[in-house]
Order: sequence, then structure tokens, then C-alpha cells
Amino acid sequence: MFDDFIIRAFVAGIGLALITGPLGCFIIWRRLSYFGDTIAHSALLGVVIAYAMNFNLIIAVFAVSCFIALSLLFLQKRTNLPDDALLGLLAHSVLAIGLVLLGIVSFIRIDLMGLLFGDILSVNITDVLFVWVGGSIVLIVLILIWRPLFAATVNLELAKAEGLNADLANAIFTILIASVIAISIKIVGILLITGLLIIPAAASRNLSSTPIQMAIISSVIGLVSVVLGLQTSMIWNSPTGPTILAIALGVFILTLIPLKKLLISKKKIELSN
Amino acid sequence: MNNSLVELNNCGVFRNQKWLVRGVSLKVSQGEIVTLIGPNGSGKSTTAKMSLDILKPDEGTNTIKKDIRISYVPQKISIDWSLPLRSIDFVNLVTKHKTSEINDALGITGIQHLINEDVRNLSGGEFQRLLMARAIAKEPHFLVLDEPVQGVDYSGEIALYKTIQEIVKKINCGILLISHNLHVVMSQTDYVICLNGHVCCSGIPSSVIKDQEYIKLFGSNIDPTLSLYKHNHDHHHLPDGSIKEANKNK
Repeated sequence: MFDDFIIRAFVAGIGLALITGPLGCFIIWRRLSYFGDTIAHSALLGVVIAYAMNFNLIIAVFAVSCFIALSLLFLQKRTNLPDDALLGLLAHSVLAIGLVLLGIVSFIRIDLMGLLFGDILSVNITDVLFVWVGGSIVLIVLILIWRPLFAATVNLELAKAEGLNADLANAIFTILIASVIAISIKIVGILLITGLLIIPAAASRNLSSTPIQMAIISSVIGLVSVVLGLQTSMIWNSPTGPTILAIALGVFILTLIPLKKLLISKKKIELSN
Repeated sequence: MNNSLVELNNCGVFRNQKWLVRGVSLKVSQGEIVTLIGPNGSGKSTTAKMSLDILKPDEGTNTIKKDIRISYVPQKISIDWSLPLRSIDFVNLVTKHKTSEINDALGITGIQHLINEDVRNLSGGEFQRLLMARAIAKEPHFLVLDEPVQGVDYSGEIALYKTIQEIVKKINCGILLISHNLHVVMSQTDYVICLNGHVCCSGIPSSVIKDQEYIKLFGSNIDPTLSLYKHNHDHHHLPDGSIKEANKNK
């Protein structure tokens, strides 16, 4: 029943869900969802460069993403513009440059739909390796910088005052986001990656009372969404990436049901009887 | 010099074409409470931040003794709604503590029962106590308190200031305190620095209150508890604690 490519899709998807869980939590906590979008938009430029120079896609996207993230840090220091304006400026100008290049280098033929929405069924063994090796590195680094990063998320000045290297943690975190977006391009595409980062984390927020709980539950929800989404897309023959996100949204809606309250009130009724 | 934890030497911060504060020199040693007072915008918080090296002085030098534990209670801190954070997680934010240590620290500031409460459910005063508890739990060498009792009820305020003094004695740390309560400042501080964009005057409390610069800023009535508060009584208190309005003669 499981052909080879389907197993690869499952393995890649599950690997990705495990990393996007905790990273997505930080994106929500730090109000960075638009930052994820900006990096993802700029990925198109990386894709064009990769095709034009016949270079590895993931590495090219990673390089461009890092460049954009660093440009943002630079612009934040040099201008008085608010962050969302800077992000909008970067996102769309880099997207435009990517499209211009795509037009100039006429010999490139890119599957634009695949790029925008991903095609998890076409991942090869190298992609799977990138997800699991790259993903493990991202996860290990995130665990290593967890304390300074989390403290800086709660209050930057407090973290700095008490001797944590908050600036370094922030910079590393930016690189981690760039890596995850590079890794996920082929799987969910540049338009949907922010969704995979945010929706499971948002659903997890409704269920958790501590930060670590939220990170872990977020990974689990991502994993469930990937598994169910892949199966659903096979049954209905629907595009895989969007199906995964639709399932994640379904989980989010389920988490809105106040289960705890229902259980407690049920117990109260039983007790009063 | 050997027991000084933090020293500012003629420090100033220049932002947006003006000096926020300039020419500040201070020294905090072990077991000493140094207090900054001054009107709004006089550079108190800025000075505190220089002493923590969050802000680099544009002029002068700030020296912090190496390898000391520092705790900071900032003036304003807001927790994002998206963060699931209990009191215990907040105390563990920078350094991980044993549960018994956390219980002790929360007990000292009187909020031990809130250990597993979500931080967003705390009232302003309770949160301020949590900030203090977190700072104490670290057993710091150097403690910076930026208006640590704002929003705390009156009796709690006095208790917290007493706690601060006890901490100094117990763990022998140096404290840089920013406070508006002149009464507390004058009675419980070793050294006072009066700021208004620059150091107006400084010294031990008893000499500072006689300084002309100080009197210009705060007036000669140093004890706010002595100032009279007049109000017209328009109601009567009945024996059972209820209130009867005076103008309605029912």
C-alpha cells in the first residue's frame, strides 16, 4: 500500500512538524509571524539563484534568508521605521527582485505552483536527509539557547541585565528560522510555511499552561496534522500542503472547545447528585 | 574600592540630540543601599540601566565587578498574552532554582499561595511582589530595584521595604534603589543621590535634606506621612460598618 515516495513524504513531513512546533511557539510569543512571511517571500530569490547557478536549492534559500534577516537587523538600527514597515519593504522588494531575475534568466523553468504550495510527494532522499539532519541541528541549538532566548522573549532588558547573552540568542534564533524555512520549501512551499509554524503553536496555546508544554504539544499537533493531512490528501486527491494546514486548522478549532470546563462542570453535577 | 560592586564615573547618555542624564558618579558597595530620587524624566531609570550595562554610557565609564550575580526589578514589564507562564516559571526565568528556594522567596514577599498561578492572573501589586521574589531567589550580590513597590498596597509597601533591608543584612548584597517614597528613602538608606538630569546633590540622608537643591525639588516637608489630607466628610459610618450618606437624611 505504501509506495516509496509516500513513506518519504511521511518521514519528511513528520520531521518538519517536530521542528516547527517549538519554533512556531517562539514566533507567536515574539509576535514575529510577519517575519516568517518575509523570510518565506524572499525565498523565491534563493530558488531562482539556485536554478540559475545550478546550486543546491536548500542551501541557496538558506543563504538568501540569512541575508534578509541580517538586512532587517541592520535596517532596524539605521532607520526610525517600525518593524512591520521594514518587513513589508523587505518582503515585497525581494519578492519583486526574485520575479525580475526569473524573467531575465529565461532558460529557467520553475514549477511555480510547487514552489508556492510545496509538493511533499516529490521529496527525494536528499530532502529527507536535509529535514532530519538539519532539523536535529536546529532542535539541538534551540535547546541550547532556550534559557537566554526565552528570558529575552519575556523581557529583553531583564535578560541582559542579569548577564544572559540575549543579543546572541536573538541572532541565532533568526538563523534558525531561516534554516527551517529553507528546509521546508519543498514540503509546504513558501506561501504556507508560516501557517505550519503558527497554526499548531496557536492550537497548543489553548491547551497548555507552561512554555515547555506549549512547545511539546505544538510539535504533537503538527505531527498529527501532517499524518492526517497526508492520508486525507491521498483519499481525496487534494494538494498535500494545503490539506495538512486545513487539518491543523481543524485541530485549532477543536482546541477552542473548553474541555476542562466541561469536565469540571460534569464532575460538579455528579458530586451534587 | 575592593568591596565596591558597581561604579559609575561621570557617566552620561546622549539620545536624540539631548543628554538624558549627564555627569553621574556613584558607587554601590556590599551591604549598602544607595537610593536615587528625582522628578519624572530626571534620568533615574537611565542611570540604573547604565549600572546594569544595559545602556552603554556615551560619556564616562561604568565598571561592574566581574562574576557577580545581578538581579534587576525593572520599572515596567508586560507579559505577552500569548505566553503561558506561571509564577514558578517566571522565578526560574534566568536561573533555575529548587522548588524549596522558590517557595521561600515567594513566602518572603507574601505570595507563596500563587506559585502555580498564571502570571497574567496576578494583580499589579501581586506581580510586583513576584518580581521581587524572583530577584531575591537569585541571592544576588547586586540588586537594582526600579520603583519596586508601585501598585503595592500601603501596608504591603512598608513590609516590602522592611524585606529589602532584611535581604541586605541576610545576603549582604548591594542595592541600587529608585524610589518615590521620601520617608522610606530618608529613614532606610545609606546614601542618597538626588537627580535632575545631573546630580543635584548627594550624601547621607540627613545631610541631603538640608541641601538647597533638594529643598528646591522636593520642598522642606520631607515626611509625606505628616502632610495633612483634608476632606469633607459627607457620610457617616454606622456601627455595622455600612455607610450612611449625610445629605440624605433617611
